[in-house]
Amino acid sequence: MQCGTALILGLKTILQVCSVALLELDNLNIAVASKDKLLPVVHDCSLSLAEHETLGIVGESGCGKSLTALAIMGLLEGSQVKITSGSIVFDGQNLLEMKPSRRRLIMGDRMAMIFQEPMTSLNPVYRIGDQIIEVIRQHRRISNQGAKQRALELLELVKIPQPEDRINSFPHQLSGGQRQRVMIAIAMACDPALLIADEPTTALDVTVQKEVLDLMLDLQQRTGTSIILISHDLGVIAETCNEVAVMYRGRIIEKARTRQLFSHMAHPYTRGLLASIPSVVTDTDWLEAIPGRVPTIDEQLSGCAFHPRCAHTKTSCSQTEPPLIEVQEHHAVRCHFAGEI
Amino acid sequence: MLGYTVKRLLTLIPTLLIASILIFLFIHLIPGDPAAILLGDSATPEDIAALSAQMGFDKPLWQQYLLWIKNVLHGDFGNSVFFKTPVLDVIADGAETSIFLALMTMFWIVLFGIPIGILSASFHGGWIDQITSGGAMLFASIPTFWLGLYLILIFSVGLGWFPSSGFPSISDDGGLTNLRYLILPSLTLAAPNAALIVRLVRASMLDVSREDHVRTARSKGLHPARVSIKHVFRNALIAVAAAFGFTFAALVSEAVVTETVFSLPGIGRLVVQSILRRDYPVIQGVILFIVLLYLVINLLVDLAYARLDPRVSLQ
Repeated sequence: MQCGTALILGLKTILQVCSVALLELDNLNIAVASKDKLLPVVHDCSLSLAEHETLGIVGESGCGKSLTALAIMGLLEGSQVKITSGSIVFDGQNLLEMKPSRRRLIMGDRMAMIFQEPMTSLNPVYRIGDQIIEVIRQHRRISNQGAKQRALELLELVKIPQPEDRINSFPHQLSGGQRQRVMIAIAMACDPALLIADEPTTALDVTVQKEVLDLMLDLQQRTGTSIILISHDLGVIAETCNEVAVMYRGRIIEKARTRQLFSHMAHPYTRGLLASIPSVVTDTDWLEAIPGRVPTIDEQLSGCAFHPRCAHTKTSCSQTEPPLIEVQEHHAVRCHFAGEI
Repeated sequence: MLGYTVKRLLTLIPTLLIASILIFLFIHLIPGDPAAILLGDSATPEDIAALSAQMGFDKPLWQQYLLWIKNVLHGDFGNSVFFKTPVLDVIADGAETSIFLALMTMFWIVLFGIPIGILSASFHGGWIDQITSGGAMLFASIPTFWLGLYLILIFSVGLGWFPSSGFPSISDDGGLTNLRYLILPSLTLAAPNAALIVRLVRASMLDVSREDHVRTARSKGLHPARVSIKHVFRNALIAVAAAFGFTFAALVSEAVVTETVFSLPGIGRLVVQSILRRDYPVIQGVILFIVLLYLVINLLVDLAYARLDPRVSLQ
């Protein structure tokens, strides 16, 4: 009898492990240390990402999306920004309970990141080849020659022309788009299970943006890596992501499968974001905008974070903060009147 | 790089010529007559005039200059009025002391300044930083004559480990053991300069550590020490290199106080004493030497920049 229970328990655990997502954020809270107090900047952020999936995080500047990404990557250490509670589980391990030395084994290997500023994200004094080789040799037992061979393959993979010449270039000899490709090569060097891309195309020309995004998706097809794509551009998100989380003032205010989100937007802020994209089909003189401005982080606000700017505000909105409620399967909204408006 | 170096060396010639005219003019603005100083208080005006004429100081200034520069171009800097020996020999003696002293001082600066600066930046805000920054502040403000005298008191008089003064020429009686004469003076000179390098390394590293590429390096999972040295310090070194060059030049030419405390026959003391003696040929020669030193160091700093920073191209 006991044996049977143990077996069932064991099976349950195995099943649980199998269904566990690659990355699971549970009630993550982040705060900035300012003088003597902590100003919360990310509130109860819960997200999950399955293998081979792409999760988009959208929001205005300062909504906490980059901080969330840096927290996942482990790059907040040593800064004024602290994780105050919650957990980040990656591959079944809670990253926040890990020793820094163990965590560094994951960084750059199982998990990699590309940043918004390709112009300044590469070290100006080293050749790009050496910067790629550095991350390979950090995580793999491989000769310098072997790592160089791998670096050449990577440069080819990210479609840098004449990799044999370019491997010896310094960053300042490359264009912004090429530098971002090199960053992608560095990120993909160890075949990471998770790639975090923080506004990877924002600083690039529109024509180059498309190429870089296509490259990332192409690499995802080949390697099966999961991607977190952070952007303020709903168009980019719609094209690339399976799942979207919309953030406002440090909170996830809507979360859904991409298709679901774009067909049934429930939160007034998400609708506002979409409405503010000018149409190319109709001739518009007037740009839609969400009225008001994003409150600064030290402004105290009761109730719903969006109520001062919301067109549908009712009295209860300024009194209690709405929880994130599932309005449908895989579709959660943080609004008191999610079903009604 | 070779072509650039040759070109830069050629541009030294006009600079040195202009410098030589300025030096010549300014020296003759100093009141006083070398003949009068040589002959002492009891000399008669006739004696002074005769000696002055003998040394060529009675001619118009432009004639004196042309004569001097003509001889200089032939490698003849004239004879010292005071020592009666060729100016080049006098400068060579001083330069030997000063260059050995400067090199040994640079050794201490690199040995102490750079690691302490890196340590201070790596733990900035913590107690290590407080101690090293405080120490740097202290050493930067201690006067060299005071530190020099105390080092003599402790290590020469008290413990008897090192000689207290003088520097027997290495080129004359050989033996690098004579370098022990320079240990206390070089430490004295190194203290304030190493302190400045600590501050500079710390400040530049903190600047660099805020740059985006350092975040990229951290995201690769590198050990923090590796990020600090290979990425942060390597970039900070570009700013530090220039400081090194000019510290060296200043150590050779401006160490008067330390040279006086330790009775070293260096360049700094030679300049001051020659001015007091109105030893025009020596002053002219030695200042021209210092100008040349600064120009060459300047060139070396530029070459170092091009080595350290691939974005700099030498044209």
